[in-house]
Amino acid sequence: MEGELALLGKYIGAGLATIGLGGAGIGVGHIAGNFLAGALRNPSAAPGQMANLFVGIAFAEALGIFSFLIALLLMFAV
Amino acid sequence: MATEEHGSGLQIHPMDQFVVKPLFGDGPIEWYTPTNVTLWMGIAVVAMIALLVLSTRRRAIVPSRGQSVAELFYGFIHKMVEDVAGHEGLKFFPYIMTLFMFVFLSNMLGLIPMSFTTTSHIAVTAVLALLVFLTVTLVGLYRKGLGFLSMFWVSSAPLVLRPILAVIELISYFVRPLSHSIRLGGNLMAGHAVIKVFAGFAGAMGIASVVPIAAIAAIYGLETLVAAVQAYVFTILTCVYLRDAVGDAHH
Amino acid sequence: MATEATAEAGKAVGMPQLDFSTWPNQIFWLLVTLVVIYFVLSRIALPRIGAVLADRKSTITNDLAAAEELKQKAVEAEKSYNEALANARTEAAKIVAQARAEIQKDLDAATAKADAEIAAKAAESEKTIAEIRDGAAQAVSEVARDVAAELVAALGVGADAKTVTAAVAARLKG
Repeated sequence: MEGELALLGKYIGAGLATIGLGGAGIGVGHIAGNFLAGALRNPSAAPGQMANLFVGIAFAEALGIFSFLIALLLMFAV
Repeated sequence: MATEEHGSGLQIHPMDQFVVKPLFGDGPIEWYTPTNVTLWMGIAVVAMIALLVLSTRRRAIVPSRGQSVAELFYGFIHKMVEDVAGHEGLKFFPYIMTLFMFVFLSNMLGLIPMSFTTTSHIAVTAVLALLVFLTVTLVGLYRKGLGFLSMFWVSSAPLVLRPILAVIELISYFVRPLSHSIRLGGNLMAGHAVIKVFAGFAGAMGIASVVPIAAIAAIYGLETLVAAVQAYVFTILTCVYLRDAVGDAHH
Repeated sequence: MATEATAEAGKAVGMPQLDFSTWPNQIFWLLVTLVVIYFVLSRIALPRIGAVLADRKSTITNDLAAAEELKQKAVEAEKSYNEALANARTEAAKIVAQARAEIQKDLDAATAKADAEIAAKAAESEKTIAEIRDGAAQAVSEVARDVAAELVAALGVGADAKTVTAAVAARLKG
């Protein structure tokens, strides 16, 4: 795949793919915010749920990382 | 990308830091060639030995600072395995500790300027994730036999939905190693690349480069956090997967 | 994305992560590293730290037991101290009561003696007063008789002493 048009499409595609990171940001913020809301209601239960918090954040973040990976693939590997 | 920019000074190669090079000479990279991967993994091993073996050689009842750190790591992972994977999971404690120490130390060593981050390579994280995947699957099949497969047959759901759920569960089970490895590698790669991009800005902006340098300092702090959290997440997800294999009842 | 710049530097193309020619190398060294870490951890580090932690736990348990014992002893000591204190207190109260009784007795005796003395003195004084009164009464009658006799003499009336005395006595009585 060579040529100006392919290059153009590649860059546009990479830029579009990074929008997916916004979704990951929303997801992580949602998890953290809800955790905080719950923790303020019942602070004594909060430390026990830290593991679940991190696992949830990790799952949400992984999907964002996928879109970042697609952007990188478009930039460097296609 | 850089062909037309030779004169402008704005040459950013954010991916150059991830290049695998031979340590000696310039030859082709065979499977046995000592490369910078070898070097930094060796440093991780040395760091691990210094942290967990040398610091505890006095076996003091009242610990020194180094021994406290070693005990902190031990207690942290031990508690995590026990809490998440259950008492049965403690048999895999050395295995999980190995994964955690390797990932944590590699992430941290990768933050040293000019260093090489072994865990930012998909090859490394994919092998780690596949090891976890194979361990969980084989241990689950060995301990529970075909009962392990009942994990995919959600008995609490309505009968009509169960085949659909089974397909979804199956897919999510096989996506695990993928997400497990990409999460770790992608996070580190992204962070390091972003720092490199900002460093490229700093080189081109003259006096105004204080702005990107300040940004690098901030991102560096964030990356330190990410390095620790990703090691934690990798380990705790290993424990979560292991619970499926050794835990009593999944549902 | 093979550019001249990267190619000149002899670097890999595009994403080094996707340069599959380096994968066997990385995987080999990774496995070596993991095996080394696993053996160091499972043979040396983890048993050692686990033993240290168990040691410390048992030491702490022992110390806690010893502390519990000492506390028990302290409680006992306090109890015996309190007992001794209570004993001493009752003893002291007893002594105080005894002393008070003795003092009371002495006081009563002294008071009685003083009362008796006062009574004796009072009786004596009464007697003396009675004597003085008698003396005074006699003196008054004598003086009155003498005055009467003088008066009678002065008036020139002859009267013997007997008549005057009787008259004065009658007057004095009346």
